[in-house]
Amino acid sequence: MTDKTHLFEYLLRLGDNALVLGQRLGEWVAHGPELEEEMAMANFALDYIGQARLFLSYAGEVEGQRRDEDQLAFLRDSIDFKNVLLVEQPNGDFGQTIARQFLYESFYQFQLEGLSRSTDTRIAEIAERVSKEIRYHLRHTRKWVLRLGDGTDESHKRIQNSFDELWRFSGELFVADETDNWAVEHGIGPNPETLSSRWNQFVGAALTEATLIQPDDGWMDGGGRYGRHSEHLGYLLADMQFLQRAYPAASW
Amino acid sequence: MYTQGLDQKPDTEKQVDGTEQLVRFQARIDADEKIEPKDWMPDGYRKTLIRQISQHAHSEIVGMLPEGNWITRAPTLRRKAILLAKVQDEAGHGLYLYSATETLGVSRDQLTEQLLTGKAKYSSIFNYPTLSWADIGAIGWLVDGAAIMNQIPLCRCSYGPYARAMVRVCKEESFHQRQGFEIMLELSRGSDAQRRMAQDALNRWWWPSLMMFGPSDVDSKHSAQSMAWKIKRFSNDELRQKFVDVTVPQAEFLGLTMPDTDLDWNESRGHYDFGEIDWQEFYEVLKGNGPCNRERLAARQSAHDDGAWVRTAAVAYAQKQKRRCQAA
Repeated sequence: MTDKTHLFEYLLRLGDNALVLGQRLGEWVAHGPELEEEMAMANFALDYIGQARLFLSYAGEVEGQRRDEDQLAFLRDSIDFKNVLLVEQPNGDFGQTIARQFLYESFYQFQLEGLSRSTDTRIAEIAERVSKEIRYHLRHTRKWVLRLGDGTDESHKRIQNSFDELWRFSGELFVADETDNWAVEHGIGPNPETLSSRWNQFVGAALTEATLIQPDDGWMDGGGRYGRHSEHLGYLLADMQFLQRAYPAASW
Repeated sequence: MYTQGLDQKPDTEKQVDGTEQLVRFQARIDADEKIEPKDWMPDGYRKTLIRQISQHAHSEIVGMLPEGNWITRAPTLRRKAILLAKVQDEAGHGLYLYSATETLGVSRDQLTEQLLTGKAKYSSIFNYPTLSWADIGAIGWLVDGAAIMNQIPLCRCSYGPYARAMVRVCKEESFHQRQGFEIMLELSRGSDAQRRMAQDALNRWWWPSLMMFGPSDVDSKHSAQSMAWKIKRFSNDELRQKFVDVTVPQAEFLGLTMPDTDLDWNESRGHYDFGEIDWQEFYEVLKGNGPCNRERLAARQSAHDDGAWVRTAAVAYAQKQKRRCQAA
């Protein structure tokens, strides 16, 4: 693989994680447990869609095939989506969304920290900006982990169950492959393997404070980054891509 | 539910002659002074405001549903971001307006209950479905356009907290209106299929938008008193006419046809004449017989029910934290 294809691949992963999670969070709008939370979800979704635009536009430029953010978002099928499985998991109840959000953003904050030191100045600038957003999200999400974990028996049980269910998607976040190794070699981004101990510490501390039990690392699912997704992604894309697919080449 | 709040009149009120207070109150209104939450006000004024502001808040919240329908299906990432921001603004409007209502002595929980039990109304327009992407354009252009006509005069409403909330709401609404128009413009300059989508949206949303101004002046039961209290500054029909006059040239610019064969410029009046509104439909939708009344309330109800355990947990956690602080 050339530098260009590696960088394209790397940006797609970042963009697709943001896009798919933004799409999931957007599903919450008008259905949240509290007006304030509906606003928070919309706000987070908006941040992620903004991030997806930054990463995917850049990916399109790097690729040089005249694909813009929308062609990349709306005209690829799931086999070409490079997001991790965690972000495409369904919202479930509010606690499940919080658990998914917390597991992912706990990783993302450290990834962004590395990316903000990227030798690729465009990535560094995006990461700098996005870090601020994620810091705020994480403060919000962590508080909800505490409230639900240490709230009532029911909320404790629900969110513990969500963490147990989602834990198997956390492994994929820390597996370094050829593209990650290329990124490390060129100072583009951090080695995901090196982020896992900080992640474990950060997540573990919150779970303990929330009176929750950190699930054991058992069998880990994966493959999202290679286009092998769960069944859920197809429906998400069908919904998201409908207009672009139904009216090819139309301008909106 | 709000009668509970209204029953708790301050003691001082009883010591002063009611008529004299009313005269003083009206004099303040006439002098264009703002009435603030702690000021004395007649029960009717309070009740009218609670009804009106909470209806407005409920409308913002229920209005998130038809538009929220298209967040996951917006055709481009830019449009998705704009729509998300718009719906988020609406949640924000709902919040300020609930807060403004709370200054009148009624809690948000009570207001939510009124909405869910069907006791409180919300704008009937949101009981119509959003069937295509063009509906998101039509809502911004027509529904937000009509809302602005209604709401700009409210920035000068006699009740301070409402007037101040409306200043911000109106700024954001006019932004939404322009975004909606831009969606329509893009569609009307697009393919035949897109133009058809835009025309169909206009056909479905035009008449309900005109109904947003409420019953004709002859039948409007709240108008006269609200005018005297400066809660309302223009009559329903005046505002409706203004909306028609502004919107018709915009439709022409878009190359779309208004679904009204009686629509015509009247030189002598200096206004557009327009056809008779189907008031039967208006009252049916108001009664709950619109295409989506049941779905809208069911969606709010299920959000409320599904979120109950979350709200209970948040309260339980806050209490535990408080006890821990006290124990420490």
